[in-house]
Amino acid sequence: MYVYDEHDRQIAAERVAQFRDQTERALAGELSEDEFLPLRLQNGLYVQRLAPMLRIAVPYGMLRSEQLRRLARITRDYDKGYAHFTTRQNVQLNWPALEDVPDILAELAEVEMHANQTSGNCIRNTTTDQYSGVQVDEIADPRPYCEIIRQWSTFHPEFAFLPRKFKVAVNASEKTDRAAIQVHDIGLQMVRNDQGELGFRVHVGGGLGRTPMVGPVIRDFLPELDLLTYLEAVLRVYNRYGRRDNKFKARIKILVKALTPEGFAEKVEAEWAHIKDSPTHLTREAIERIQGYFTEPAYDSLENATELLATQRFENRQFDQWLSHNVDSHKKPGYAIVTLTMKKTGTPPGDVSDTQLEQIAEVADQFSFGEVRVTHQQNVVLADVRQDQLFELWQCIEPMGFATANLNTLTDVICCPGGDYCALANAKSIPVAESIQRRFDDKDFLYDLGDIDLNISGCMNACGHHHVGNIGVLGVDKKGQEFYQVSLGGSSHHDATIGKILGPSFAQEDMPDVIAKIIDVYVDNRKQEEPFLETYRRIGIEPFKERVYA
Amino acid sequence: MPEIITKDGSIKQDSWVVVPRPADGESLDIPDQPALIPADLWLAGKEHFEGRDIGVWFDSHDEPELLDGLVNELPLIAVNFPKFADGRGYSIARLLRERFGYQHELRAIGDVLLDQLQFMKRCGFDSYALREDKDASKAARALNFFSQGYQAATDTDVPLFRRRAS
Ligand code: HEM
Ligand code: SF4
Repeated sequence: MYVYDEHDRQIAAERVAQFRDQTERALAGELSEDEFLPLRLQNGLYVQRLAPMLRIAVPYGMLRSEQLRRLARITRDYDKGYAHFTTRQNVQLNWPALEDVPDILAELAEVEMHANQTSGNCIRNTTTDQYSGVQVDEIADPRPYCEIIRQWSTFHPEFAFLPRKFKVAVNASEKTDRAAIQVHDIGLQMVRNDQGELGFRVHVGGGLGRTPMVGPVIRDFLPELDLLTYLEAVLRVYNRYGRRDNKFKARIKILVKALTPEGFAEKVEAEWAHIKDSPTHLTREAIERIQGYFTEPAYDSLENATELLATQRFENRQFDQWLSHNVDSHKKPGYAIVTLTMKKTGTPPGDVSDTQLEQIAEVADQFSFGEVRVTHQQNVVLADVRQDQLFELWQCIEPMGFATANLNTLTDVICCPGGDYCALANAKSIPVAESIQRRFDDKDFLYDLGDIDLNISGCMNACGHHHVGNIGVLGVDKKGQEFYQVSLGGSSHHDATIGKILGPSFAQEDMPDVIAKIIDVYVDNRKQEEPFLETYRRIGIEPFKERVYA
Repeated sequence: MPEIITKDGSIKQDSWVVVPRPADGESLDIPDQPALIPADLWLAGKEHFEGRDIGVWFDSHDEPELLDGLVNELPLIAVNFPKFADGRGYSIARLLRERFGYQHELRAIGDVLLDQLQFMKRCGFDSYALREDKDASKAARALNFFSQGYQAATDTDVPLFRRRAS
């Protein structure tokens, strides 16, 4: 994992001092609210329904155990003792006091953390696949490139006041896309060309929110050393020509659509031609230097523990279920990837208490080289667990509430904070998630349904990614009443698709029934092992409509 | 006389005035002192202005490409920030400096506040018409919140990844 050198440390310390100065001037009335707004947003500070909200960056989802412990302490000392994992691999605090924020940032800086550019109209935290570096089928580890992008985008002097926020995601597997790159402003898919050289396929102009779009490809192959100059060209074209007259039309997706992807690509190429060989052009040494931080941990040389696991499975049905659902294969023999699910029915998806943060740190130290990864599905991954320690780990995390064996199933809901916390909400989202989890509490039935993405957002801002859920739920306001619109067929993977709206919206108490009917249609129509999404694509939306609105 | 902040944070007096774009049908009214006029109007009447203290200003939606090849005929170019949150001026500045090779003074005008000064400096501005209600004595600090940046920009050819390598 990346470790700060003296340059990073100095910049981080100067950032804290700068924000302290800005906060003092804001409190002294020297900065108007308008003037302070982008400054605090770019330090992660939103003002929310009940209190300010602080969004702390977790670059590409990676956390060390000491950082988890510091987060725990911060939630205890400055907040109400819990935090929230977001769908952009970050962590949010819901109740910090404005005047404490500089101190919180100073505490974070001590453990090489920050809240830089986690909000505001700037380049946000770069995200990636939580299985980076440990999965079998990746083209290269994407994290060094994410770190390179993080450094380039941090306080970039030209791009601090873009028309709108800007998100970059990187994916390195050809089979899976756990980073949802096609619904980002820039999605980078790592590829190798015919000569075997490493590079990126570049998608630009994806995004959710009010106008959901899948990002078209604007370049099939970008050599890795050209990464930053090309990003700079895309950002410059966006900074100059993105709309600034209308907040709802200011994302890059609107510009790409207006110019057409071809027209946009041409403009980028023309700009890039000028700066391709500028000093921003990456060097092999620079990449290797960063790659040096993402080397393999000290793995033991092991065999797969197939027999041991078989026996343990046989003896314990719950362990068996957990192993089947929450544990994935690892590139190293004898190791496994474990997902700690933060989706226990009755706790808001993604919420963690201070004690739980410390427990996660504890198990990370004991079982996975002291590191974890936050996922955009609001779970936490231990990437390097010895197979022969899985049972012990499971026994450890079961009482902590992290072993709900529902990863990627219907009850592994992605859900935004919604009306319980968020000033922008049209409707609550957490109780809807909970009522659906309760309705589908029969494990065997749940497992039989296979992987289904259920995503819930409390309003059009789409923090819960509802457009790309196989089943999406969106809170809407009908004459002051909370209602829910359902969409079907969305996907955030390589086959990225925006879901289609089923029809008129539903009352909260009807939601479990509505979801149950949708599931019934699937079960009645599926062929053998066909996943929900494929059945939906084969039979279309009509049969679902007929059943739900019958 | 307005106070202008320089790159090192000191304050200088100067007498350049910004001449607004005339309304349709009106002609440009240049006072008898150093004046900044809209870039396209300068281009249109260039010969006319020779030997006079005339510079130009760009608005944030203007295209600096307009003056490609001509920029060094001008003693002063200003870029307007109609709102501080309108970041187009940063790109305009870098293009003027890095692409068109502008050598003389480049000034930020309009909604110029303290917390944006360092970004402006890094993008090639070397003077700043700080908004009047802001405290010019704090400019030196704001220009130097950071002792280094990660990126190459107008102020340095050497991004941190190259400095680390050496
Ligand atoms: C209560 C605090 C929150 C507030 C006020 C809030 C507010 C917003 C707003 C205003 C937007 C979008 C509009 C935009 O800038 O385009 C947005 C987008 C987003 N938020 Fe939140 N949010 C909150 C919490 C969360 C949480 C907890 C998550 C994770 C579960 C999250 C994930 C996202 C994502 C992924 C997007 C981007 C969707 C896109 O691509 O357009 N947010 N949020
Ligand atoms: S989707 Fe809407 S309700 Fe939910 S967190 Fe985002 S802004 Fe708030």
